[in-house]
Amino acid sequence: MARVILRRVFIAVPVLFLVTGLAFVLVSLVPGNAANAILGQLATPEQSKELTRLLGLDDPAYVQYWNWLKTLAHGSLGQSVIDGDEVTDILNSRLPVTLTLVIATTLVSGLIGVAMGFYSALRGRSGRIADVVTYAAIALPSFWIGLTMVALFAVQWRLLPANGYVTFGVSPSDWAQSLVMPVAALSIGAMTGIAVQTRDSTKDVLARDFVRVQLANGFSRRSIAWKHVLRNAGSAILTVIGIHFVGMLSGAVLIETVFALPGMGQEVVTATSNHDLPVIQGAVLYFTVLVLIVNLLVDIAYAWLDPRVRVR
Amino acid sequence: MSDLQLEPLGQESALVAPAGSRARLLRRVLRDPIGVASLVWLAVVLLAAIFASLLAPYSPTENDLTRVSTGPTWSHLLGTDALGRDLLSRLLYGAWPSFSGVFVAIAVFVAIGVPLGVAAGYLGRWVDALAGRFTEVFLSLPGFILLLVVLTVFGNNQNAAMIALGFLGAPSLVRITRAVTVSVREEQFIAAARVFGLSDLMIIARHVLPRIRSTLIVQTALFSGVALFVQSGLAFLGFGPQPPDPSWGGMVGEASERLTSEPWQILPPGLVIALTVIALGLFGNVVRDVVSDTWSHSQAMLLRRTRRRSPPESGAAAGDAFLEVHDLTVVTGEGEERRRLTRSVTFEIGRGETVGVVGESGCGKTLTSLGLIGVLPPGVELDSGSVYLEGEDVTAMSSDELDRVRGKRIGYVSQEPTLALDPAYTVGNQLSEAVRRHHGLDRRQARARVLELLQMVRLPEPEVVARRYPHQLSGGMAQRVCIALALAGGPELLVADEPTTALDVTTQAEILALLRELKGETGMATLLVTHDWGVVAELCDRAVVMYAGEIVETGPVGELFARPKHPYTAALLRSNPHLAVERNGGAQRGRPVKPLPTIAGEVPRPEALGKGCAFASRCAYATPACREAPIALVSLAPGHEVRCTHSEKVEADVLEGASAG
Repeated sequence: MARVILRRVFIAVPVLFLVTGLAFVLVSLVPGNAANAILGQLATPEQSKELTRLLGLDDPAYVQYWNWLKTLAHGSLGQSVIDGDEVTDILNSRLPVTLTLVIATTLVSGLIGVAMGFYSALRGRSGRIADVVTYAAIALPSFWIGLTMVALFAVQWRLLPANGYVTFGVSPSDWAQSLVMPVAALSIGAMTGIAVQTRDSTKDVLARDFVRVQLANGFSRRSIAWKHVLRNAGSAILTVIGIHFVGMLSGAVLIETVFALPGMGQEVVTATSNHDLPVIQGAVLYFTVLVLIVNLLVDIAYAWLDPRVRVR
Repeated sequence: MSDLQLEPLGQESALVAPAGSRARLLRRVLRDPIGVASLVWLAVVLLAAIFASLLAPYSPTENDLTRVSTGPTWSHLLGTDALGRDLLSRLLYGAWPSFSGVFVAIAVFVAIGVPLGVAAGYLGRWVDALAGRFTEVFLSLPGFILLLVVLTVFGNNQNAAMIALGFLGAPSLVRITRAVTVSVREEQFIAAARVFGLSDLMIIARHVLPRIRSTLIVQTALFSGVALFVQSGLAFLGFGPQPPDPSWGGMVGEASERLTSEPWQILPPGLVIALTVIALGLFGNVVRDVVSDTWSHSQAMLLRRTRRRSPPESGAAAGDAFLEVHDLTVVTGEGEERRRLTRSVTFEIGRGETVGVVGESGCGKTLTSLGLIGVLPPGVELDSGSVYLEGEDVTAMSSDELDRVRGKRIGYVSQEPTLALDPAYTVGNQLSEAVRRHHGLDRRQARARVLELLQMVRLPEPEVVARRYPHQLSGGMAQRVCIALALAGGPELLVADEPTTALDVTTQAEILALLRELKGETGMATLLVTHDWGVVAELCDRAVVMYAGEIVETGPVGELFARPKHPYTAALLRSNPHLAVERNGGAQRGRPVKPLPTIAGEVPRPEALGKGCAFASRCAYATPACREAPIALVSLAPGHEVRCTHSEKVEADVLEGASAG
């Protein structure tokens, strides 16, 4: 078990350096542009030069990167070039919204997706029609589903708020209502993806020798399905849930924009439009750490599910 | 493909295409209505994108403020937007940015993914290790966010974002390409090509790439869907073609601002995106299905509760034997593809008797044993026949009735002990589940019984073994555990399907000794499937010889060995190494040993069977009459039946050969 965790941490370090370094390399590919971007088209060359020097943008990329790492060591990610706020403050205030959205979506799509896929595999053949329906659900862009839901449930029938976010502390019921549509819109694609993977890996496990041996030796059908098959299909299902979690972080960027949720995704979009590099850089770091944590959790779950990983 | 994640899902079950021409793949895709529909849709959208300027009735940016947000009319088929622009025209013009973005992403995706994947899979060693690291690191990146970084840096340049998308997607293609390349590399003809001195590049171009082609098509189709998603998502956020130029995602964004007044405007662009992604996904799906059609069947059927079946019409009255297999016919495929894998197999097992089922691979031995307990593999089913266990037809039983037979009255041991146990649970857990189910014991009693069972199969240190997981056992130990599992319910009949084939020679002998001892201790009957006459000689009272799905001879073991009456039995006996040594005078050293005769030819496949005797094509005694009509199984002595019209001649030759030798 310790090996599993160590291995992940071992990979996490290069990933973090790679991602943050990559962002710096990208920036250095277009020298001077960052300052221009901040000042806009009308800036004079002198203004631009001055800001470039002030921001330390005329330093070589590795010096900039080193400086950034040094500030990071002090727990700071720098300040937004737009309003001078600490990047950590901006992101920390927005992280809970994104986490709530993504975790709720993972739970909803995971539970329903696994149930659907498992049931479909145990029922045996799934027809072509089911395939088409599945693909239809996967193929609808989540932001479009979100907008359609707004048109129906908020505008047409006035059942739910069209957008906005209420914190749990203020009103739990409003909080729940403000999450229903974002979570649903983000869930549909992930749910179907998880269902398809669950169905396929359950089918694979069902075809394995040990299932036939258990059946032939009179194990109860319920136990074969729920205790033995589901657990053996578990690793593949978890992998796909982990991948979908990463996908949902991307989807959250769009969904937060559609539903005006004050999350990290929305912040990234704003920062991108404003060319606010410190904020983007910070968000990249936050998202990468989230992905790494999820990968670690998936690995720990693997080890729990599969003794071949855990016991040697 | 949901939510823009960069890795196509669930497609890793390795798909190595059987070598075949590109034309054949396309033709088979076109035979599938879904394949045709998706290709047609993709072609229509692509043509619309290319010829938008010819097809579109208006300019996409032409404002007509007298006709604002009209809704569908004859002059504006999809209506107009808030600025009075024709939606159909915008949709047609908006297709090109989407397609060009997708093409750019695919080009990068393939250009990186395929060479790296093939190199990693084909060359192995450090290339593989390096590629493995690379993919692992890249797969942990939050893709969409990095795209936004790229867009910031490159000033909303869509091509830059799509190139970055190709980079971010490539690691998953590297991984999948590597996996299929590895499986192709292991095949014989690649080794042969190397021996012939073909260079690695030639081998890859001529032999590897054609075989992994369909996997690449599937992956590229899926990735195209992802790319279209990302492109429209970015355009929706305003990072695509800038207004007033149209794009699909941008149109969804524009429509979203009018959601209260004209909600229908989000339908056309959303549906076009969805249909195109669906078409790409389904096209990939069809290619995959065409290449591997192992999908549709599953063992799931067996887990379902079933009702009692009405006994088959042929239903001959049950005799008084302990187990009577009557007329068992097992089939596969449907319609014209239907093949009979075993044909009217009929035999008996007495109480406490051990019967061997012998024959080459592909003769239907294993299917007979599986059919007997109703656990045929996916895609294979019982066509007719009955299995009477003390007069009760097992094949007609409901699943609840079968619960009282499987494990309790009939135990089953399979061929591959390391695959026969659930890898996720300890030996003790699995055995305990079996004894609790069969005997209704509580946890403590079950534990004691598990240790007894492990002792019974002569495993030293039962407590230690009970705590082990299957992957910690050797093959021999695993097979002992499997036997313990089969014995857990105290069955009266043990069905053992080649229980020693997967084991090394020393372990084989030990397992055989164990089976013989257990037979003595428990008095249970055994059905032993084997291709090894040594096993038959050692353990069995009677043997059933099968060829191409039917019984050709059956009789007491001593009788069969001394006086085989079917040419196939005689040939099998002649080609057996152990018996040949005995016949050659065993220990007489220095004497030249006769080369071991083999049976020329192969067991005919079920679809290649003629009208007459199935063995005729390999038989030295065959006459034209043998090939014309089926030969009946006739009883020559009590309990000795043979399916051959030349049996006297065969027997005479064997006896003469023995005295001469």
